[in-house]
Amino acid sequence: MAKPMDQITWQELEIGAVVVEIGNARQYETGSWRSERPIVDKKQCIRCGVCWLFCPDMSIVRASEGHFEANLTYCKGCGICAKECPVGCIKMVSEEE
Amino acid sequence: MGKVRKGIEVSIAIADAVKQADVDVIAAYPITPQTHIVEHLAEIVAEGELDAEFIPVDSEHSAMSVCCGSAAVGARTFTSTSSQGLALMSEIFFIAAAMRLPMVMALANRSLSGPLSIWNDHTDVMMVRDAGWIHIFTENGQEAYDNTFCAFRISEDPKVMLPVAVNLDGFILTHMIEPIEYEDDELINQYLPKFEMKNALHPDKPVSMGCFAMPEIYTEAQMNREQGVVNSYPRILKAWEEWGNLTGRHYKPIETYRADDAEYCIVTMGSYGETASEVVDTLREQGEKVGLVKIRLWRPFPFEEFRKAVLGKKHLIVIDRAISFGGPGGPVALELRSALYKKKGAPAIVNYIAGLAGRDVSRKDFTNIILEGKKKAASRDTDGFTLYGLRG
Repeated sequence: MAKPMDQITWQELEIGAVVVEIGNARQYETGSWRSERPIVDKKQCIRCGVCWLFCPDMSIVRASEGHFEANLTYCKGCGICAKECPVGCIKMVSEEE
Repeated sequence: MGKVRKGIEVSIAIADAVKQADVDVIAAYPITPQTHIVEHLAEIVAEGELDAEFIPVDSEHSAMSVCCGSAAVGARTFTSTSSQGLALMSEIFFIAAAMRLPMVMALANRSLSGPLSIWNDHTDVMMVRDAGWIHIFTENGQEAYDNTFCAFRISEDPKVMLPVAVNLDGFILTHMIEPIEYEDDELINQYLPKFEMKNALHPDKPVSMGCFAMPEIYTEAQMNREQGVVNSYPRILKAWEEWGNLTGRHYKPIETYRADDAEYCIVTMGSYGETASEVVDTLREQGEKVGLVKIRLWRPFPFEEFRKAVLGKKHLIVIDRAISFGGPGGPVALELRSALYKKKGAPAIVNYIAGLAGRDVSRKDFTNIILEGKKKAASRDTDGFTLYGLRG
């Protein structure tokens, strides 16, 4: 988006609200939805990538040390990664803590 | 070839028009009284007379979904439905308009269940009144044939880009055999050149269609749609004007018959205009100063033309073909009362709901409605509506 969504006028929208700019979902930071965040115990992580595979928002990224962790700009805190992790190394922690 | 006059069933003529319009994709599910249109199209495609994909679908919901897909890649797309079929496709029907996908539907108007009925009225189209489609109403087979071409022309206009429904009364028109003037293929090609869609789905230029909208942008998207429908109006006039120039058959958003010097008018939409015009003639001979106003374009509603036609008349007798339960009257009367509100010289509106589910409205009935309506207007009994011919 050339402009943030809340500044676009009706005249600026494409016909049919077609989005012509590729990949602009990246600008929509869904991390603000989160009430819990996934915390990865990188010592326990076996680097299988199951969390990466299951994340519905492609918010799991591989850290430089080789383990996986959540990109909190986009992670909505759904908890699927924690549920699917075969070794239970991901814990959901309340954002209030 | 030139013009050819044929005695033909209106449904078949519409299918022939779709063939002449050289559509690319037809997706439809058969439903009475639209069946002959799609059956004949299936035959035309199967016989190799039209190079198109005829996609037989499992339901109307799928039919409209297929139409959205084909229109999204810029294919010329046609479908047809009625009543329950329209109800079943309604979810995607709204989306087709929101995504501004050009396509044409022959909407064979039929009552909605229940009670279950296959006969004609306008309850189906009124259900989708606010969907954002352009709605044209036709009065006879020739108009339905002609407006199939005009509908494609309007729909694909880069300044319009909206789906268009050509409404025709089920059975009364669909199953009628009428003399219809067919136009030459060359003339059709001239009127309806190949369609190139901006922002069509293509791997070379990826776009996203049908995205979700947060509260921050939904209102703007709706205004964009609203303006799209409103701004289609001059383009619709232009499409009709060019059709008139080519064929000699002219169409207007509001058409009148003996209305200029009339003291009061009857207002119809669809095939009732034909019978009403004959009754107007008869009543004129008897000294009644009555005229006829016909609404051809239902969306976008032609407010200015309507007002021009009726302001200064004593009253209007508006015939609706649908009921709004617990509401203020039929949808047409409701619209017209609103269009005239606080206008100087606005006639009072007497509203009759007649011909529900194909109950015959004959010349005698029109005469009754006109004369009874005149009395109601004289006694200022103009609130609400009257169900014409109701027993009990």
